[in-house]
Amino acid sequence: MFKSEAASWFRIYEMFQFKSFHMYGIIGSALAIGVVMIQLIKRYQLKSAYGEPIVIPDKAKSFYRYSIGGTIFGLGWGLSGACPGPIFTLLGAGFLPIMVVLVFAVAGTWVYGLLMDKLPH
Amino acid sequence: MEWIFNPWPWYVGGPLIALVLFLLLFFGKSFGMSSNLRTLCTICGAGKNTDFFKFDWKTQQWNLLVAGGAIIGGWIASNYLTIDPSVLIHEDTIAKLNQLNIKSAGTAYLPEELFGMDHFLEPKIFASLALGGLLVGFGARYAGGCTSGHAISGLSNLQLVSLYAVIGFFVGGLLMNHFLLPFIL
Repeated sequence: MFKSEAASWFRIYEMFQFKSFHMYGIIGSALAIGVVMIQLIKRYQLKSAYGEPIVIPDKAKSFYRYSIGGTIFGLGWGLSGACPGPIFTLLGAGFLPIMVVLVFAVAGTWVYGLLMDKLPH
Repeated sequence: MEWIFNPWPWYVGGPLIALVLFLLLFFGKSFGMSSNLRTLCTICGAGKNTDFFKFDWKTQQWNLLVAGGAIIGGWIASNYLTIDPSVLIHEDTIAKLNQLNIKSAGTAYLPEELFGMDHFLEPKIFASLALGGLLVGFGARYAGGCTSGHAISGLSNLQLVSLYAVIGFFVGGLLMNHFLLPFIL
């Protein structure tokens, strides 16, 4: 994540400006390989390292939670320039102020847990 | 060997992410980083009054290990595999950021004006980072996943709902980038 610059605020900013193919290449190539990989796993019913079939559960059907939740996440992504994976990468790279983002991301998750019964899903 | 010290192109980074997805599936797990935020809530005691956080966090230790791996990876990459961490974004983007007073564009890994040790405690900057974190944490859980859980895992498994989520990510990100950031920065 660090070396491919996907953890850089600048790359996220540039992505939303549509000025570079870089981030779309990263997500797109990961996705293209992922689609083929999961189709192969399903077709050949591949087993995991423990000898059990690999089962990938479908996500719960809904429209509101994904679109509203996704948009809220996107606002945070655009502002902090970091999604949850890179937050950890940046911490390791020694950018201590990212702790602010991490602590408040945990707090945000907590707030969701407190309010979830009242939100449309 | 020099290529390893330079920024890695997208066709290295993307397949490596797919490799992480494969390894996690192969070991009977799933790829989703934001679940760790929920686990951290539970470790901090959120399960006392909220059912959502009442689960045995030790069942999620493997995922915390993945996050720990991301921390170690970031440390190794920045300390041993990088000579110049500057991110060479497009010159139009640098010019635009300069207008917004982000002068470190093109010369740093993260904007000094937001993440620099001298700046992040300024009330406005601290509030921005905190707000970004809150929205990321709240939104990821509301949407049931973040970039790894939806854009990579979910879309790879052709889940329509993950497409709704990813469209949401971009609607939110574009709104922030084009309409809100100019006022915040």
